[in-house]
Amino acid sequence: MKYFYYPGCSLEGTAQEYDASTRAVMRALGAELVAVADWTCCGASAGEAVSHLLSLALPARNLALAEQSAIDADMLVPCSACYLNLKKVEEHTRRDGTLLATINEVLAEEGLSCTNTVKVRHLLDVLARDIGARTVQAKVVRPLTGVTIAPYYGCQCLRPYEVFDDPQQPTSMEPLIEALGATVLPWQMGAQCCGAGLMTTKKETALERVSVLLQAARGADCIATVCPMCQMNLDSYQAKISRMNAENLAVSVLYLPQLMGLAFGLPEKTLKLHLNFAYAQSLKGKMSALRHAAEAQQTAVGSEQ
Amino acid sequence: MTVQTQNGPHEAPDPLAAIGENIKACMQCGTCTGSCANSGAMDYTPRELWRMVQLGLSDEIFASKTFWLCSSCYFCTLRCPRGLPLTEAMAALKRLAIAQGKWKEKKSTKFYLTFLDNVRRYGRVREMDLMTRYFLSLKNPLTPMGFTPLGVKLMVKGKLSMQLPNLFSAGKLDALYRKVREVEGRS
Repeated sequence: MKYFYYPGCSLEGTAQEYDASTRAVMRALGAELVAVADWTCCGASAGEAVSHLLSLALPARNLALAEQSAIDADMLVPCSACYLNLKKVEEHTRRDGTLLATINEVLAEEGLSCTNTVKVRHLLDVLARDIGARTVQAKVVRPLTGVTIAPYYGCQCLRPYEVFDDPQQPTSMEPLIEALGATVLPWQMGAQCCGAGLMTTKKETALERVSVLLQAARGADCIATVCPMCQMNLDSYQAKISRMNAENLAVSVLYLPQLMGLAFGLPEKTLKLHLNFAYAQSLKGKMSALRHAAEAQQTAVGSEQ
Repeated sequence: MTVQTQNGPHEAPDPLAAIGENIKACMQCGTCTGSCANSGAMDYTPRELWRMVQLGLSDEIFASKTFWLCSSCYFCTLRCPRGLPLTEAMAALKRLAIAQGKWKEKKSTKFYLTFLDNVRRYGRVREMDLMTRYFLSLKNPLTPMGFTPLGVKLMVKGKLSMQLPNLFSAGKLDALYRKVREVEGRS
């Protein structure tokens, strides 16, 4: 299995742990990631707020770079915002040849052209459909027994394009979480918005969105995310939101591949768990208990032999 | 409506009418409002906004903060029984407000513009440089304070790049941006 890998800006900065854990887990699963050389920003949510053409030309530049390398592979994108921007190029230009010509007129400035042949895939899509829970389960050496996980999908990997899951009642993460030996928290908030970029421009509103999510996640040891914006919003304001609600709403917020990596027995350092703000005691305690149990079992097996 | 454009005062296509054209099939059912997580913070609900767009009530629309509160969750687009591209229409209103200088939302406007300028310079976002320029553009010393705790936490974790700003050399995506402006100016 081979994929072009488009990390996007967040994964180089505030979401380094998503990048590190995605690479580590994909390697463990036997997938090869080919870097898109010289990739640039997809335009995020700013692109379409300023220029429609720029909001398509920026992601198209990256698709064109991938095409240049003449490898037949899909493009794997872990960030949901990047995924949607890249996907929009695919969707809009498929219906509109004139638009593709206009985008290519812009890309010609950089000696590039996009023919819309590289398929854009979200990380969760690849994990759920290309790899699958069975293959994931086969890699598990340290099952997350007794750990309850709230699957959080967010918006832009689900909507508006219905690609790999139900856009309102998604379930694609559940078999993966169960394959890790963990328990899925039954909740209705998996597809609700975290407030996204409003955390920068309309903070009070975004804090309310996150507050609703954290309250609904009561009973979970961890929220699993597949988007750096969701993770940052859920992860960074827990103390403030707990004060707002006069209730301790602290909960671990980990990227799905970080949880997979833990169950695969990869070192916490490789998964950069020290970079999550919200890696809370309830999960940490359970993880170290599971580790000790596994080590004790190994020692017992060793002494028997 | 006659719009003054750089081409002169002749009759130009009204950009608000173009947005109205995309949502003209709206039948005011309110599914969008019921699906919107942020409608409680809006001065007009999404349903009301679409009616205002149909009626071309430009002044009221651009005085409203409704479209700035769209977080692009795409629930309204997904659920609209008429299949209208509502989230894209929200973005189109942001674009129009910024292009016509009708923005009342300084924070949103400055953030989007500073963000794209950062991308033009470096190709990829440099968060420290972006936030510094964003705060400077707001000219309000109180805004950064709300972000200081997060900034410090990110810095401690080594999540903010500390590269020196590039002040004088050419931007990584100058040519691409120039061409986009040229093509857009033509239409």
